[in-house]
Amino acid sequence: MAGLSRRRLLGLTGAGAALAGTGAAGGLAAKRWLLTEPGDQPQELTTTVPFEGAHQAGIVTPAQDHLHFVAFDVTTSDRGDLVELLREWTRAARRMTRGLETEGGGAVGGSPYAPPADTGEALGLPASALTLTIGFGPSLFDERFGLRERKPAALADLPPFPRDDLDPARCGGDLCVQACANDPQVAVHAVRNLARIGFGKVAVRWSQLGFGRTSSTSRAQQTPRNLFGFKDGTNNLKAEDTQALDEHVWVRPGDGPDWLVGGTYLVARRIRMHIETWDRTSLGEQEQLIGRAKGSGAPLGQAAEFDQVDLHVKGTDGEPMIPHNAHIRLASPDSLGGVRILRRGYNFTDGSDGLGHLDAGLFFICFNRDSREQFVPMQRALATGDPMMEYLEHTGSAIFACPPGVSHGGYWGEQLFG
Amino acid sequence: MNVSHKSIAAATAAALLLLLAACGEQEGAADADASDAIAVKAGDSSCEVATTTAKAGKLTFEVTNEGSKVTEFYLYGEGDRIMGEVENISPGLTRRLIVDVRRAGTYQTACKPGMRGEGIRGDFEVTGQAGAQQDRGGHLAAATRSYKAYVDAEVEKLVPRTKEFAEAVKAGDVERAKSLFPVARTHWERIEPVAESFADLDPKIDGREDVLGEGMAFTGFHRLEKDLWVSGPRPDSARIAEQLVADVEELASRTRGIELTPVALANGAKELLDEVATGKITGEEDRYSHTDLWDFQANVDGSKAAIDALRPAILQRDARLPATLDTRFAELNRLLDKHRDGDGFRRYTDLSRQEVRELASAVDALGEPVSKVAEVVAS
Repeated sequence: MAGLSRRRLLGLTGAGAALAGTGAAGGLAAKRWLLTEPGDQPQELTTTVPFEGAHQAGIVTPAQDHLHFVAFDVTTSDRGDLVELLREWTRAARRMTRGLETEGGGAVGGSPYAPPADTGEALGLPASALTLTIGFGPSLFDERFGLRERKPAALADLPPFPRDDLDPARCGGDLCVQACANDPQVAVHAVRNLARIGFGKVAVRWSQLGFGRTSSTSRAQQTPRNLFGFKDGTNNLKAEDTQALDEHVWVRPGDGPDWLVGGTYLVARRIRMHIETWDRTSLGEQEQLIGRAKGSGAPLGQAAEFDQVDLHVKGTDGEPMIPHNAHIRLASPDSLGGVRILRRGYNFTDGSDGLGHLDAGLFFICFNRDSREQFVPMQRALATGDPMMEYLEHTGSAIFACPPGVSHGGYWGEQLFG
Repeated sequence: MNVSHKSIAAATAAALLLLLAACGEQEGAADADASDAIAVKAGDSSCEVATTTAKAGKLTFEVTNEGSKVTEFYLYGEGDRIMGEVENISPGLTRRLIVDVRRAGTYQTACKPGMRGEGIRGDFEVTGQAGAQQDRGGHLAAATRSYKAYVDAEVEKLVPRTKEFAEAVKAGDVERAKSLFPVARTHWERIEPVAESFADLDPKIDGREDVLGEGMAFTGFHRLEKDLWVSGPRPDSARIAEQLVADVEELASRTRGIELTPVALANGAKELLDEVATGKITGEEDRYSHTDLWDFQANVDGSKAAIDALRPAILQRDARLPATLDTRFAELNRLLDKHRDGDGFRRYTDLSRQEVRELASAVDALGEPVSKVAEVVAS
């Protein structure tokens, strides 16, 4: 929880006077449970992110602090059942993103003989900026639902990468839902209720909890640190970069089938970090591996975090300050023909691995317009050349096509099924 | 099954099985109108009930503790049968008891300051007759009759099959005992919610070693399972086998007297699937013998028997639900059939992770519509 209160502290400097006069900020994490007047709530908890719009929420929405990501297998083979479920999900999602129960009076107002229509653990909690984002996996486009013809060419299973160590139980899925919120309980509540509503039509294939966003997607946000202790995502695409988003994130007419125009592709990778060996690595080597100073986040050879990365600055020895194989060099658009992606990952820890080591790392999520030209070459370059791979192990992998936003009165996937 | 969880489950099951005799309905069950509430002022030496007569139906008592000791309030029926109770009312607090009293008669109210003893009693007259639950065509009554017959038939088989098993244990015939173990358990597992409602017998017959309460001996099926599969017969195995037979016979005599309600059937059907989802899917129930799939099938059979008995009643109230239930039961049975081996099943540990996952998913899929049945038949 220490990380949580510190993060909130950071968030607050930006949030302004919302909490002025409410007392010591150190007790904030505990305090949020005690504040009962809506006006007393920190801005980020009371925030409601609109569910409807041209694009789905949860993509360029300023990254919230917590994630519950889930991939489903569709177990029904009846197209009508699936569409009905997507409508039910949308109805519940619309309500939950407004801070409401899945149904009015759902948690405690129903029949004493029936299980409640809402599980209730988010009762009394504000919307907490909850966003729910749906995606469709390549396997959904087989013969079951008559979607084969509508499958985008770019929605192809990711190729194997060098040093992948994928666990099939953490890969793929017909559908995914990304739930992000500033309160973990709100995100978990949302996924739990969607899974419950879906029993008999879908089954959870795998899921991942994440905490501590590892990238900022808005200029209003601080750059967070990953579990290696480094600022991560300084050069990420930001919500404010609308032109760059159009170029790198949103699917355009002509890119593929029309149903996905305004949508995007989501790539999820569970990246286990070998924390213990990293922690035994010298500070100098850590910085060389990443290509940034650990404290300020500045690119090596520069003074401040947001200083332009200059891959050509040389040290007194005539060698580039940012080593040839440093992470930021390999991932830089300059090294990849201008390729960029919108990153939206989260730290995770799933306890320990039974050998006394943290089972922890980065649950990497990125959005891009065509993964074949953006994520894939970037990951290939990193997997091949990045010496940081020694400390990493990719254990899960999936790709999904996220349809465009939901219209007023519409439902998730109406462009695809309608 | 976990004993602490079990004791709760058993309490619930008992409450539902003996619906009218059970703990009444708690706050929140309320369609009773607050303005009809009967005020009760509970003092340290007084218990003033605003009125001492009422018409049959849902009664709401609003109990205010004006005394200095924590108190309780009870409504008793004939023979001190508890119709409803509300406990732990601290001084100054008001709590509500809603209880469904369907028959006319003389009942008794009681405040128990200090939560002890007989309490301060007063007579309470109930007049008239609560409208019996609508049972057009008598489907509900037929359902309880038919399921009661199923329970009786299973108990009739449970006793001799358990005796055969016990005889084999006593004779030291390990192989024969091993083969009879899952057969006898089938009849237990089919009626588990009913059997479990006898909270004293259940841990003796079906308790697992790791979940028994302090001071309780490890007896019953799972103790013998461990003897047969792990340690080999022990000096007291024969005695444990005899005890098991006696406990099962005691169970048989008690089940003869039980009254079932449609809601109890529906909840029993759901509990059987919960048993599967929490105890069998994990392979922890029969951890020594790995005969979990026998239990699994028996739980599903028992659940289906309850739903089948209720089918006409469900159909009358919700035309679509039976088809969903049928489809999901069929799917689960189809998956179970894949693992049959002769008269029985494969060892649970021989299933692949993917096969277990398929089963778990089918149980979740079935549990969801089954959980709706109680409300449907209560309407």
